[in-house]
Amino acid sequence: MNKGVWFGLTLMALVVAATILLLPPFAQMTGGHLGLLMLALIVVAIMLGFPTAFTLMGMGMMFAWFAYDFDTTKTLDLMVQRTYGVMANDVLISIPLFVFMGYLVERANLIEKLFKSLHLATARVPGSLAVATIITCAIFATATGIVGAVVTLMGLLALPAMLRAGYNVRLATGAITAGGCLGILIPPSVMLIVYGATAGVSVVQLYAGAFFPGIMLAFLYLGYVIVLAKLKPAHAPSLPAEERQVPLPGAAQALSPDGTRNALSGFAAALSGNIAGSSPRAALANLLVASLPFMTVAAILGATWHLATAPAAQYSTEGLVEMGGAMGTTDSRPPPDVGGLQEPPSDAGGLQEPPTNPGGTVVPPTNTGGTVVPPRSSSTSAGEGATAAAQQRTPTPGWFWWIMAGCGAALALFYALLDLTRLQIFKLLLGSFFPLAVLILAVLGAIIFGWATPTEAAAIGALGGFLLALAYRFHAKWQALGAGSANRFGAAAAGAGREVGPILKESSFLTAKTSAMVCWLFVGSSIFSAAFALLGGQDLIEKWVLSLDLSPLQFMVLSQVIIFLLGWPLEWTEIIVIFMPIFIPLLPHFQIDPLFFGLLVALNLQTAFLSPPVAMAAFYLKGVSPPHVTLNQIFLGMLPFMLIQVIAVVLLYTFPAIGMWLPQTLYR
Amino acid sequence: MQKLLLWIDRFSTWVGQAFSWLIIALTLLVSFEVVSRRLFDSPNAFTFDAMIMLYGTLFMMAGAYTLSKNGHVRGDVLYGFFKPRVQAGLDLALYLIFFIPGVIALVWAGYHFAAESWAIGERSSITADGPPIYHFKTVIPIAGALILLQGLVEIVRCVVCLKQGAWPSRQQDVEEVDVGKLKEMVHVKDEDIQKLDALVAAQERGGAK
Repeated sequence: MNKGVWFGLTLMALVVAATILLLPPFAQMTGGHLGLLMLALIVVAIMLGFPTAFTLMGMGMMFAWFAYDFDTTKTLDLMVQRTYGVMANDVLISIPLFVFMGYLVERANLIEKLFKSLHLATARVPGSLAVATIITCAIFATATGIVGAVVTLMGLLALPAMLRAGYNVRLATGAITAGGCLGILIPPSVMLIVYGATAGVSVVQLYAGAFFPGIMLAFLYLGYVIVLAKLKPAHAPSLPAEERQVPLPGAAQALSPDGTRNALSGFAAALSGNIAGSSPRAALANLLVASLPFMTVAAILGATWHLATAPAAQYSTEGLVEMGGAMGTTDSRPPPDVGGLQEPPSDAGGLQEPPTNPGGTVVPPTNTGGTVVPPRSSSTSAGEGATAAAQQRTPTPGWFWWIMAGCGAALALFYALLDLTRLQIFKLLLGSFFPLAVLILAVLGAIIFGWATPTEAAAIGALGGFLLALAYRFHAKWQALGAGSANRFGAAAAGAGREVGPILKESSFLTAKTSAMVCWLFVGSSIFSAAFALLGGQDLIEKWVLSLDLSPLQFMVLSQVIIFLLGWPLEWTEIIVIFMPIFIPLLPHFQIDPLFFGLLVALNLQTAFLSPPVAMAAFYLKGVSPPHVTLNQIFLGMLPFMLIQVIAVVLLYTFPAIGMWLPQTLYR
Repeated sequence: MQKLLLWIDRFSTWVGQAFSWLIIALTLLVSFEVVSRRLFDSPNAFTFDAMIMLYGTLFMMAGAYTLSKNGHVRGDVLYGFFKPRVQAGLDLALYLIFFIPGVIALVWAGYHFAAESWAIGERSSITADGPPIYHFKTVIPIAGALILLQGLVEIVRCVVCLKQGAWPSRQQDVEEVDVGKLKEMVHVKDEDIQKLDALVAAQERGGAK
């Protein structure tokens, strides 16, 4: 018998002992006590390891039968009505779609590129590999939401890289496991849908609320890693120079072998054709890539100005139609098109402004087709254009100029610092980081700003994930074929097409299994919680908690501690579907917003993945790490990150605005 | 007997996989609706009912498939530490106590639920001219019956395990975390991991000093 068994048995014995102590003798038992007995039994039964969905269903049915005084018809009606309720649930419907999107993105096979480009991009930061690991995990886990796959993949990619660089094993494993779990908090996450469906809270608001806490947690992790690397350089030595070397393509190398020359001036010189070994065509292409940030910022500013100054009557409908359209077009385009996201298709200036107005090009690049506008020079003329056009529109608000000045300054700094090496890194990021980020932000933005329901956004996201997989497979084939091969495009397309079939098949099968797992659990738990409420267990708990006369703070701390402890033996799905229906009805007594409570719970349940003995993340990592990395080391590595999670929960509780600001600004 | 059980196992898998293609239909349907409503301003009333039906059918029909691949979530505090015989004994008992009565009740209730719906030719009440939903309700007894059949197979599996002391193998299927495939995806070989071990061991020695 090892420690794990003893731990489990002790927990079970504690539950049984508590039940025996708390319940009155059998003769005095009321329905409510029976409800509590049912709760204790279910915890024990779950710990025995039988599929939870059917434990809940069977036990729920039996106790419902008791509660109805052995009326079989009523019990059966309850069961089937509850089942049908889950089948026709319009919140849960987005689960298979988000899961599908996740599997497709996972199979796009971009994590390797993502990690490499981030690793080069962060090379100068202390603890750069761990930083790159956490960012990769956060982005990839957010897009896929599959903890096991993210941790395994990072265990294969990042762990060897970090160990080779001489990183401390505990730091390396901690960063991977903690980062991999970020995906269940940062929306679009399935956990929040499950909470929303259980607690009757709007998933849209939950997503809006969880966005900043999720980002905050990621930054806390990053901060911890950077500070640790600064304090103890031996734990995270900086990379040797050759590891940091960014391979420059021929065109750039001809300009400046060490890559320190400013990219804009360099390629502008190459464009005029007086530098050997660099063709004007390559220079033009590079300049185009370099102008992407400018175009994006200009497009965002243009769209903002367009919305801010539009006549009030047109505002709402126009915004909706345009942005909905933008969603559709973004995802049907090849992913690396960053600018596409923010541009309304009815493009910026041209619509309301007189065509003769030369300054009306707030968004010059979109109007100018093929020709390249020298990036910085036009930002001054854009201002004049805005004022000219504003005469027919509502006046431009003051804050707009501040934002514009800020963006202009940031862009100027960016271009001043953009040397050839950085441009190369930027290009690498463009091929890996930005497509994912755009996909996530497009899905999330569409939901949060109300342009699409979570279901619609999830479907579009799944389509986007499919295109992403297609594009990356195509690109891999394209590269493998080499420049010389005949009919390169056709061959690459055929190759990618052959690979996409199995990807779709596998993703569909996995989606079916995962959705069946979550939704059958819901079927079971909704029967169970109906029985619990019928027996009056809910009333009993409510009376008991109220009789304790807790302050809201005490209640909050107590509930979070209970959830934290439940996270040790149970998984988040079980905790949410079984225990949330008990907590949620208590919230109004303490004037706690179920939305805020949900954010705290979501943050708290992160620990369920990191706490032994059911820490799935640790086992996945152990599965692919060298034999000398022990489970204990991984657990020890996760410990500081668990502490950070607790700090994050405390921070969110102390400053509710971290989570509540966005939903309150948008929806109240 | 053995053959029949294997056949049921394969049948559940086949049905589940067949219905899992619905996710593509669902994705396309919702995307189509988004485009049609947002871009062409012509919403379709049937979409909402249709997507609910696709989703409900998808997960209900995949229930038996998931069970046959051991995909339903289990509390894993103790279970993983037990010997196969203990696992099988517990599973067998709980299949008989919870699973069989619960699922039989579901099939029975679902049958009457669907029969009533067929009898009145029930239509969806979400939109004014809702599509018929009796076939959607019929999914409950069918999915329940499939799960029940698969449950019987699982029970036999428990018995076999009790006799032999080891779990009979399951049919291969796509796995969420297929380590071999993931390794191939990122071009990592087992030798690479073995090489790393030396580094870790060296670090341990360094730490001990």
